[in-house]
Amino acid sequence: MLCCRQARKAPAAGPGFRAQDNKNSRCHGQTLRQPSMTGTTTETHPAIEVASLGKDFGAFTAVSDVSFQVRSGEVLGFLGPNGAGKSTTMKMITGFLSPTRGRIRVAGFDVAREPLEVKRRIGYLPEGAPAYGDMTAAAFLDFIARIRGYRGREKRERVATAIARANLGSVVHKAIETLSKGFKRRVGLAQAILHDPPILVMDEPTDGLDPNQKHEVRSLIREMARDKAILISTHILEEVDAICDRAIIIAHGALRFDGTPRRLAEMSALHNAVTISFEGEVPVAAEACLRGLNEVAEVVSGAGASHLTVLPANGASIVRQVTHLARDEGWQIEELFVETGQLDEVFRRITTRTGSAQGGVDR
Amino acid sequence: MSATGVILRRELGNYFSTPVAYVFIVIFLVLSGVFTFYLGGFYERGQADLQPFFTFHPWLYLFLIPALSMRLWAEERKAGTIELLMTLPVTIGEAVLGKFLAAWLFTGIALALTFPVWITVNYLGDPDNPVILLSYLGSFLMAGAYLAVGACISASTRNQVIAFVIAFVVCLVFVLAGFPMVMDVFQGWAPQALINAISGMSFLGHFEAITRGVIDLRDLIFFLSFIGCWLLANAIVVEIAKSD
Repeated sequence: MLCCRQARKAPAAGPGFRAQDNKNSRCHGQTLRQPSMTGTTTETHPAIEVASLGKDFGAFTAVSDVSFQVRSGEVLGFLGPNGAGKSTTMKMITGFLSPTRGRIRVAGFDVAREPLEVKRRIGYLPEGAPAYGDMTAAAFLDFIARIRGYRGREKRERVATAIARANLGSVVHKAIETLSKGFKRRVGLAQAILHDPPILVMDEPTDGLDPNQKHEVRSLIREMARDKAILISTHILEEVDAICDRAIIIAHGALRFDGTPRRLAEMSALHNAVTISFEGEVPVAAEACLRGLNEVAEVVSGAGASHLTVLPANGASIVRQVTHLARDEGWQIEELFVETGQLDEVFRRITTRTGSAQGGVDR
Repeated sequence: MSATGVILRRELGNYFSTPVAYVFIVIFLVLSGVFTFYLGGFYERGQADLQPFFTFHPWLYLFLIPALSMRLWAEERKAGTIELLMTLPVTIGEAVLGKFLAAWLFTGIALALTFPVWITVNYLGDPDNPVILLSYLGSFLMAGAYLAVGACISASTRNQVIAFVIAFVVCLVFVLAGFPMVMDVFQGWAPQALINAISGMSFLGHFEAITRGVIDLRDLIFFLSFIGCWLLANAIVVEIAKSD
């Protein structure tokens, strides 16, 4: 699934750019739709290009040095503990705050020099999805459409499409302040996608939603991912696995990881570990036998008395050896499975580690 | 400039979609009536003019206009919608102007709704209508000056009550500039040029000059440039304040 989405590379905005089939496009070989809003240059820029970005608030450094790129057709998960500088970085990309250091280019435009060009091309869902509470959802979206320069029939169509895509149907004529959290978030989403922007920046789009709402928002994001560059901040790790092609992790204002979610999972000590669940008690000699295997680093008793987890050395695949051993020893095994690695463990390790050593930079 | 128009429309719609507009207009009309006919002695004076009506405008505006301007930016900052607004393709100048013009237009509507007073005075006597028209213009300009101060102060805080109180005090200083209450603070240490400049800032002085029916371009220019300066300050305050 991951590789499929990654393969759907759409060209960065630019008139005259011929859409081309990507070599790797195993799942979607059709010609790609060109983003509706186009840049003025014919080169292909990364949709978002952040270079040595830094932001100080007085003596406090919120972001010290962050560089990354987002390409069109890519969903980049922006991870980090609360207060790591995720929101500040997004606010700088969208032109709300001006950086203290470094440079940001969006669709080839410098945010500091041509903020309006950038703002026209970005759909932004700020944290908490702020909206004018006394307006109805319909009036609010009408305002957004007008301020984005749509008039008449096109404006009505844009608003109607956004309402349909965000599934707002039943509440459009209610004041936004009376809506539930889930609907408020959808109003924010509708606002962000109204002009079908080539670049979407969303600050914790699923925060505080119930599991069904999370699922809906994620499907919507996945649906839109084909021809857009999407930057999503989150601290929910399952989300990265669910929707992102690539993840970056920042902590204490600096970049700590840049790679695929799979790469992140591989950094887990549990990656490729084998958990064995015995019928009844764990055989007395089992632990020692398993320790004796090549490439086994550690054997720990898992949850319950009948579980053992075998940790491999250096993430090697040990499942075959373990099954052979189990067969040879004649253990009564109820279940045996390979762990994929725990993201939150890796996350904790990466974000609490001191120093700025970058682990697993994989571009 | 079309973004200014869109923001103006939204802000104006906001006044009328909440009770603010109706409360403001009713209180403005009732108070201006009470002041004119009771405190101002409209009938007792026996003169066919609207002097008693306009005399009280600076004092009415003093607490009504900060109530109107306090939410302009403070509410956006509190609700976080300023982040939304400032990441839409809108310049700060357009946003500042759109919000200010909406509030100004609204006070214009409230002012226009005092027309029964004008009808009354025309029914009772034969007033100097050009002077009345000029006084209305002066009152409208002065309301703009109050609003520009209020909008700028509203941008500096996320608390509407603070925005109201500070705007009230700052406006009071400008109303009373040239009177001993304000001038005594500066007398003795400030250079004479500054003292002259401050006394020249008096709302009351410029407004009274206009309501007397003397067309002096300087009074009009004073209010317009006063508005311009405060709106510029407003834009700067928005730019600085949005980061916290």
